[in-house]
Amino acid sequence: MEYEIQNGLKLILAATILLIASGLPACFFGRKSMFAQRLTTAFIVLGSLVGWWGLVAASFGTPVSSIVWDWHLPAGHFSIGLDALGAVFLIPVFTIPMLGSFYGLSYWRQSEHPENGRGLGLLYGLLAGGMALVVLSRDSILFLIAWELMAMAAFFLAGAEDEKAEVRRAGWIYLVATHAGTVCLLALFCLLRQVSGGFTLSAVDAGSLTSGIATTLFVLTIIGFGFKAGLMPLHVWLPGAHANAPSHVSAVMSGVMLKMGIYGILRILTLLPVTEVWNGEVVLAVGAVTGLLGIIFAIAQNDIKRLMAYSSIENIGIITMGIGLALIGRALHRTDFILLGLGGALLHVWNHSLFKSLLFLNAGTIMHVLHTREMNRMGGLAKTMPVTAGLFLLGAVAICGLPPLNGFASEWLIYLGLYHSVDAGSGSIWTVGVATVALAAIGALALACFVKIYSTVFLGTARAPVHGQPRDPSPLMRYPMLLLAGGCIVLGILPQLGFPLLQNAVAQWMEPTDPAVPLLLSVAPFQWISGMAMVFIVLVVGGTMLLRRKIVRQAPEPMGTWGCGYAQPTERMQYTATSFVEMLVSLFRWVLFPRIRRPAISATFPAKADFSTEVPDPVLERVILPAFRQAGRNMMKLRLLQQGRIQIYLLYILSIVLFLLYWEQWGF
Amino acid sequence: MNPLLNALLVVVLALNLFALGTSRIVTVIKLVSLQGFLLGLIPLLMEEHLGWSATLASGGAILLKGAIIPFMMLRAMRDVQIKREMEPLIGFLPSMLLGALATGFALLFSKALPLAGEHTTPLLVPAALATIFVGFILLTTRAKAITQVMGYLVLENGIYIFGMLLLGTMPLVVELGVLLDLFVAVFVICIIINHINQAFSSLDTRRLVALKE
Repeated sequence: MEYEIQNGLKLILAATILLIASGLPACFFGRKSMFAQRLTTAFIVLGSLVGWWGLVAASFGTPVSSIVWDWHLPAGHFSIGLDALGAVFLIPVFTIPMLGSFYGLSYWRQSEHPENGRGLGLLYGLLAGGMALVVLSRDSILFLIAWELMAMAAFFLAGAEDEKAEVRRAGWIYLVATHAGTVCLLALFCLLRQVSGGFTLSAVDAGSLTSGIATTLFVLTIIGFGFKAGLMPLHVWLPGAHANAPSHVSAVMSGVMLKMGIYGILRILTLLPVTEVWNGEVVLAVGAVTGLLGIIFAIAQNDIKRLMAYSSIENIGIITMGIGLALIGRALHRTDFILLGLGGALLHVWNHSLFKSLLFLNAGTIMHVLHTREMNRMGGLAKTMPVTAGLFLLGAVAICGLPPLNGFASEWLIYLGLYHSVDAGSGSIWTVGVATVALAAIGALALACFVKIYSTVFLGTARAPVHGQPRDPSPLMRYPMLLLAGGCIVLGILPQLGFPLLQNAVAQWMEPTDPAVPLLLSVAPFQWISGMAMVFIVLVVGGTMLLRRKIVRQAPEPMGTWGCGYAQPTERMQYTATSFVEMLVSLFRWVLFPRIRRPAISATFPAKADFSTEVPDPVLERVILPAFRQAGRNMMKLRLLQQGRIQIYLLYILSIVLFLLYWEQWGF
Repeated sequence: MNPLLNALLVVVLALNLFALGTSRIVTVIKLVSLQGFLLGLIPLLMEEHLGWSATLASGGAILLKGAIIPFMMLRAMRDVQIKREMEPLIGFLPSMLLGALATGFALLFSKALPLAGEHTTPLLVPAALATIFVGFILLTTRAKAITQVMGYLVLENGIYIFGMLLLGTMPLVVELGVLLDLFVAVFVICIIINHINQAFSSLDTRRLVALKE
């Protein structure tokens, strides 16, 4: 048994290496060679399957296994390990990139993209392997190496089409943001080493921490990993990078890479003793703000991929709320909070990686046909691309947290946890009640947001001329989406399938002194949910078929949607994506700051005029960029030192040498 | 033996000041090559360490600093056709005084250093420090690229004198490596001098400010 588990970890390591190296062989083939791309995909699929095999062989990290090897670096060890928490995050790492690279075979054909096809394949594997290594590493040095591997691979992937200025700008913002996060992580790991005495990531003894150090560690963890996860207001890189990356890259970035930020928070907080309630309250509040603002920003977007990126921020907010609840539970020794909060958060990690990847791949399919991300130029695709429309609808229902799909299961766990805290009747945790309201508001706004996308993109009639007939995608693009949709349905009806693993992962946050841990299944009666979901599905499917038959029998001649009985309707008379949410945007203009340029109409017969509206990221445009510009202006004063004359530079060196001599000899 | 070594080092120090005080570049090159030659003799004077490896290093240093580098520099000068350092940032006499000041400071300073017993008697440490300072003065006050190279060579000579303290313990490979570095550096600088001359029609390094972004 022991032997098998060690073997499982070795298999996972082999899978990681396979993923990292998957794109190398293709570099020896031609730029346009489709064979090379198939080879890369084959290696990624092989690596992912070996990874899954390893996960099964190591029985998903329970009991814990680890490998420690010496290496030639001056510090740290090559120390990897697998536990239930790691296994939870390895599952999407070994799933989404595999499907994404498969999708890429048709979406980003190397024969059509000779300029970056091979590089994209290489970096795709690097990103996947880097993420696997992040989850595996148990040593801060190795962790940071893996972290940078992942971050840099994502930078080059997001900048695949670097001939466009917009892509380059988004790439730079990402680079600055990710390294701002890494700086915090460096500080965090240095401090951890001071406290625990080594680079190994091991549990920190509560006695060795003063409250100041504990607070610093906690804040650094949240900020450092928050940059990657996209917590407000650290999310600024996220919309641009996701919108401008190729869609199968956005799927992995949003579906898996953001979760690495969550993983980092969970991993470090597993090591730290959490005894203060305010830690959990802060995380809960950050999660609620992230979720609310994320979905409000999403509603205002007209770029389909930017919208999805903001929606990812919203989902990260929901996950963070679950973590906050669990932290409160740790401080108050309430096992039910931990169980429901962390269990819900981890389940939502899986769920989000399934439906957000599905939606991003779907958006890629639409862009493949229409060559635009602007929703105001789409419309009526449900008639020409029924499969895409159906899959999108399924993903949208799942992401809104509606039963019977998987988004509901995880959000319901978090709701249950929040209700438990209201039950508890302790006045000190009134914030939790507010969080329930926030979660409900997030759900409602998410629904509005996805109604907007679905109705503008798929319903109505086309708003702009389309070149050629839109068609459903090729099987290569279709099967990955179908698999993801299948995952959404299965986890929606039978979330219990994942409960044993979640239970083990959650147990890592419990103290041995805590009261007996209840089973997730006993706290959340999912048998009922499963049953109701089946009944619901049967009713919906049956009802649709009946209605359809009736409609088909009685249908008059087909007309354009929203024709409204006009004698000569044009496609310009439909609701646009902007007008659909005009009311919501004006309701939230105090946080959105929309830029609206409208003509002043004074004459009785006004001349032709233009109207435009735009909602840039308020945090980026109003806070970060002005701050950077100001800093740049102030830094110009330092240019005085840069004279450009060798003699002056040598004088600098001389004066420093003299200063050091003086210091050494006489001190101060 | 020590009196001879000290005398030699005093000559080296005098050469420093001489190099600071002259405007003719040819003279500076000759002075620095003489300095290099004298420094190459030092290992031969410290007999207790004399072995075949020390002899080899000393021979290499004499050959390179006394012959090859001056030859390369004289050729470079002939190619770019200049003879004098016309406009130093600090005049020749003041820079000479500054050099004298630096030498005095080096003597005082090395008294205060916690040195091992056998290193206190000869002038090695103060001479090394003074030569390094003079190299810096040459580098920072002269404008022509060739004189800058001379400053660099004087600086290197100072470091070489310091290295004499470790004679016998330093492996031959390291010494030869240092000499090779020096050779390559001067070689590259000669090429750069030619390029600067072509691009700016002058060897005034102050013109390089134009390259600032």
